[in-house]
Amino acid sequence: MGRKLLIHNDKVPNIHTLEVYRAHGGYASVEKALKTMTPDQITDEVKKSGLRGRGGAGFPTGLKWSFLAKPPGVERYLVCNADESEPGTFKDRYLMEVIPHALIEGMITSSYALGAKTSYIYIRGEYFYVARILETALKEAYAAGWLGKNILGTDFSHDCYVQVGGGAYICGEETGLLESLEGKRGNPRIKPPFPAVAGLWGCPTVVNNVETIAAVVPIVNEGGEAYAKIGIGKSTGTKLISASGHINKPGTYEIELGIPVEEFIYSDEYCGGIRNGKKMKAVVAGGSSVPILPTELILKTAKGEPRLMTYESLADGGFQTGTMLGSGGFIVMDEDTSIVKNLFTFTRFYHHESCGQCSPCREGTGWMEKILKKFLNGTANESDVELLWDIQSKIEGKTICPLGEAAAWPVAAAIRHFKDEFLAVARSKKFVDVSHYDRLNKKALV
Amino acid sequence: KFSDAAMAEVNEIIGHYPPEKIKSALLPVLHIAQAEFGGWSSPETMDYVASVLKIKPIEVFEVASFYTMYHLKPVGKCVFEVCQTSSCWLNGAEDIIKYIGKKLNIKVGETTKDGMFTLKTAECLGSCGTAPMLQCGASYHENLTYDKVDKLIEKYKSEGRLRSYTDKDYQNTL
Ligand SMILES: Cc1cc2nc3c(=O)[nH]c(=O)nc-3n(C[C@H](O)[C@H](O)[C@H](O)COP(=O)(O)O)c2cc1C
Ligand code: SF4
Ligand code: FES
Repeated sequence: MGRKLLIHNDKVPNIHTLEVYRAHGGYASVEKALKTMTPDQITDEVKKSGLRGRGGAGFPTGLKWSFLAKPPGVERYLVCNADESEPGTFKDRYLMEVIPHALIEGMITSSYALGAKTSYIYIRGEYFYVARILETALKEAYAAGWLGKNILGTDFSHDCYVQVGGGAYICGEETGLLESLEGKRGNPRIKPPFPAVAGLWGCPTVVNNVETIAAVVPIVNEGGEAYAKIGIGKSTGTKLISASGHINKPGTYEIELGIPVEEFIYSDEYCGGIRNGKKMKAVVAGGSSVPILPTELILKTAKGEPRLMTYESLADGGFQTGTMLGSGGFIVMDEDTSIVKNLFTFTRFYHHESCGQCSPCREGTGWMEKILKKFLNGTANESDVELLWDIQSKIEGKTICPLGEAAAWPVAAAIRHFKDEFLAVARSKKFVDVSHYDRLNKKALV
Repeated sequence: KFSDAAMAEVNEIIGHYPPEKIKSALLPVLHIAQAEFGGWSSPETMDYVASVLKIKPIEVFEVASFYTMYHLKPVGKCVFEVCQTSSCWLNGAEDIIKYIGKKLNIKVGETTKDGMFTLKTAECLGSCGTAPMLQCGASYHENLTYDKVDKLIEKYKSEGRLRSYTDKDYQNTL
């Protein structure tokens, strides 16, 4: 069994209540931080821990915190990114729903480190019921004095609020999120300036993912060095992975970074192998945006080494033969899965979610969706594969935010690794979906 | 006009932001308004929200038209939003959508004649490990089977009330 730091208590009855959470050591990091540490000491521990942002990009958290501008007399904010809309990703929901105080504790400790008097948890609107759970937990925390004025009798005061979104993937992009938090459309801003300098209402702001903020708790409790001992190289600590698709045990798992991908997929501790004794065909390892890999390449790198669950190992081989750890949304597909159709669902998603500010993204995603639709209704030609390749290659690097790239990468990877499948569909002039959905039970359609 | 309970909630939300930044309350307040006034964001509802937050009506429309959760046209009392993205598709979302459509005799985007149900497709709702799934108001209904869909429709029909994202009695079990 690997070590768990975030959801080790997830099966404890009523762990969502302050009483039980506290009885299991909750809020110790706030006590330790406020009573025995300076804000800079906390940032140092986070730096030492090697913690990297868990929202997808993997940027070192301590470094990000140290960029926060601190002009005197100007408010600073911590904003938690709980927008979680990357297809395949549902780990933040699990953490917030089951152990809401773990996030709130992290918000208080992190805000103390950053000197933020106010923080916001921006949660996707569809998670309304999770927002209710967080609000109930916040009320408990206020009543017990963990939030509000002069926490633990110190001169640190802090308010934390939940804000629900309206349903838009682009609000997961940090500047789109800030626009949305200001009550506007979630159109990403041109950077620079970065949020660390001009974020929420133009004030210096740190935006971090739910899991990143929750990880600050064990880092403060046990020290950055202890945290860094878990994992391999620059992939330190534990990571929540949400696993879905054709596996026996879909769900949210906390892993020690560094376990082999093969173990994650096949061991009973995690995904428990492929359903119905089928073979695995492909994996999307870090949410819809990262390149899909065929079985050979997800289990082993091009050099033939076992692929590990780390930022570096998953990225080994670049986009030619590798992928990314991304958001930890791990989607497994069995041998009967149509890569063409799966790609269509991704591309439809990106087209739907493009905010429309940049023409390569707005037009490119729509065009790619249309072409993929042709594959599905049997009207695609072989040349459409080249066309798709051409369109995706013209998006990267030409947009305001990375959504454009996130839409292009899955197309590129699907063609790179499964070109024959695209050509075969185009040649046969028909598309046959042979996937079977055993979980719907056998009752026929009415 | 908001009910007293809704107005209290609105005022609490406004209090989350600095006094000169209350436009930030727009998204949550519009959710409350939509739930209060018939389940959709009518022009009157949007104008009213603008007056409450002291912003221009166009600022409300800009937001309402950007986000998927604000319905700009009337919808049924229960809006079924079935996720159709990858993991849900891999687990049979398309068949669930077809099944609901046949059962209710409507196409995606349509509302039943009695105004009870609207069928919509949605993009990943963060429930991929419990696919296929649908959202109705605040409730997530996961690991769907045809059988579960039957029960769900029956239950919602017999209760007959409007389901909103803001409902406090969410129920994720069925
Ligand atoms: C299109 C797009 C969607 C994103 N969605 C999310 C999201 O849902 N949750 C998240 O934490 N980060 C998301 N990100 C990454 C954020 O922009 C940002 O990097 C992150 O919140 C930083 O937090 P971290 O350093 O703790 O990971 C997204 C980025 C892009 C470009
Ligand atoms: S890349 Fe796409 S989503 Fe991002 S700002 Fe441009 S149009 Fe909007
Ligand atoms: S793909 Fe349907 S909930 Fe994520």
